[in-house]
Amino acid sequence: MSLVNQFRSEQPRPVLVGPSTLVRQAQQRKQRQQWLIYGSRLLLVVGVLLFWQLASGTILDSSFLSNPLAIVRQTIAWLSDGDPWYESTLIINTAVTLEETLLGLFFGVASGLLLGFLFGLQPTLERIFNPFIIALNSIPKIALAPLFILWLGIEIPMKVVLAAVTVFFLIFLNTLNGVRNVDQHLVDAVRLMGGRRRDVVFKVILPSATGSVLTGLHVAIPYALIGAIVAEQIGANRGIGYLIQSSGESFNAAGIFAALLVLTLIAGLLNAVVNLIDHKTSHWKAGLKLSSADQS
Amino acid sequence: MSTVIHIEQLSKSFVRNDREIAVLQNVNLDIESGSFVVLAGPSGCGKTTLLNIVAGLLPPGSGTVYYKGAPISGPRLEVGYLTQKDTLMPWRTVERNVEMPLEIRGVPATERRRRAAEFIRLVGLQGFEKLYPHELSGGMLRRASLARMLVTLPETLLMDEPFGALDAQLRLELQNELLSLWSRQRSSVLFVTHDLEEAIILGDRVVVLGTGGHIIADELVTLPRPRDAFHIRFRPDFTNLHRRLWDALMESRLQVQRQEVKL
Repeated sequence: MSLVNQFRSEQPRPVLVGPSTLVRQAQQRKQRQQWLIYGSRLLLVVGVLLFWQLASGTILDSSFLSNPLAIVRQTIAWLSDGDPWYESTLIINTAVTLEETLLGLFFGVASGLLLGFLFGLQPTLERIFNPFIIALNSIPKIALAPLFILWLGIEIPMKVVLAAVTVFFLIFLNTLNGVRNVDQHLVDAVRLMGGRRRDVVFKVILPSATGSVLTGLHVAIPYALIGAIVAEQIGANRGIGYLIQSSGESFNAAGIFAALLVLTLIAGLLNAVVNLIDHKTSHWKAGLKLSSADQS
Repeated sequence: MSTVIHIEQLSKSFVRNDREIAVLQNVNLDIESGSFVVLAGPSGCGKTTLLNIVAGLLPPGSGTVYYKGAPISGPRLEVGYLTQKDTLMPWRTVERNVEMPLEIRGVPATERRRRAAEFIRLVGLQGFEKLYPHELSGGMLRRASLARMLVTLPETLLMDEPFGALDAQLRLELQNELLSLWSRQRSSVLFVTHDLEEAIILGDRVVVLGTGGHIIADELVTLPRPRDAFHIRFRPDFTNLHRRLWDALMESRLQVQRQEVKL
């Protein structure tokens, strides 16, 4: 069939010439750039740490700024004061913070998804509640902490609720946005295929809102940690936030830095999870614009 | 031949900014089974609205549309609709998009895959099954949409300016492609376009809808088939018909303008 040949003209035909000099040069340039960046970073870290250590006690006041070796000593001390080992200060407090963060994330995401889909699929309901949701969302969540302490005390549930409330709004608003911005043409397409409401929900609205939900999750994961830490600093007797707070109150600068170091590690770990999620879901929207509803 | 689509006294108005705008006025049209009818007319004359009503996506304002004698009340499984805009699901590959109507009908997975592969080959997309819509060119997107519509073997096809957004060469290629597909399947087609040339190249019959939302010309196209989308335009009977339809269109436009001046 002659028509078949006509299609060929349209199909992309990249011209491959094999490993040319140009390609090799480009690769080398990229490699050099990489070395420069990683080398500079390493130099920067070593430089700052060396300066910090050497200047401590002379130019810098070590009672305010501590020094790297003192921080390492404090970290080791907090790691080795447990019997058995997993009951050391650092591990117990890290576990508490992680527990609060993950539980807060779980409850916040679950409730945000549920209400986001419900309101997205029932526009009238959404219009009724809209001003109240906006009002609630505009309250800085930290300001609610005293109320939660009053209701729940200073144990773990209070931190979970504060983290969950922060996460809830991020997930809820992004889900709502995703469900509402579904392309009506795609919905019509499914109706034309003979699809029922169930097909529209599961084959169009759910997958279509996924991008938006993940954007919300991306922002929410760090915010869950922030919620937990802030709650611990306001009222707690355990957790990394508490460790920072109590070290500060006893003028233990090395303790503050050691706790911050652990906090950075936890945040880094959570960010790695976020990147993994992004990577797993980005295959079909490589060319699409991501709508990000950021908020503070 | 029997009538597939019977449109009786169809009118439709929309309310916009508290004003009623009549899009279709007293349209009567019969489409014979197995015929290729092209509905042509300027932008905004209500062609898409008419097609949406026939597809069962929109309720008629007044009047009735019958499909094989039964009034249309919603989308029908035996009717395929290729819309102007690509409506492939961006999160599905070409293959999974073409399978989708079968999935909704509950066709088992192996059968689904086999039929999707067959139609992907038919529209010339073999080798591109695993690509996502954003990785395809405009022409390939149209082909994938075409495959998705054809995979359920609809007996009637509704097409709304399917090649409107393509460049001239690609449009010719796809017009030829459509002609050859249709010559084998002989389904009934209602094809909408603003392009009178395209209307004559493809149709057995060209119905022109004027700016006022009513039919202003209805001509049979007697050009022999099989037709070649490029060379057919040089035949004198093609040119004559083109001129007649064009004049009708201009006449209706003048009338509308005169009415507006009077108002």
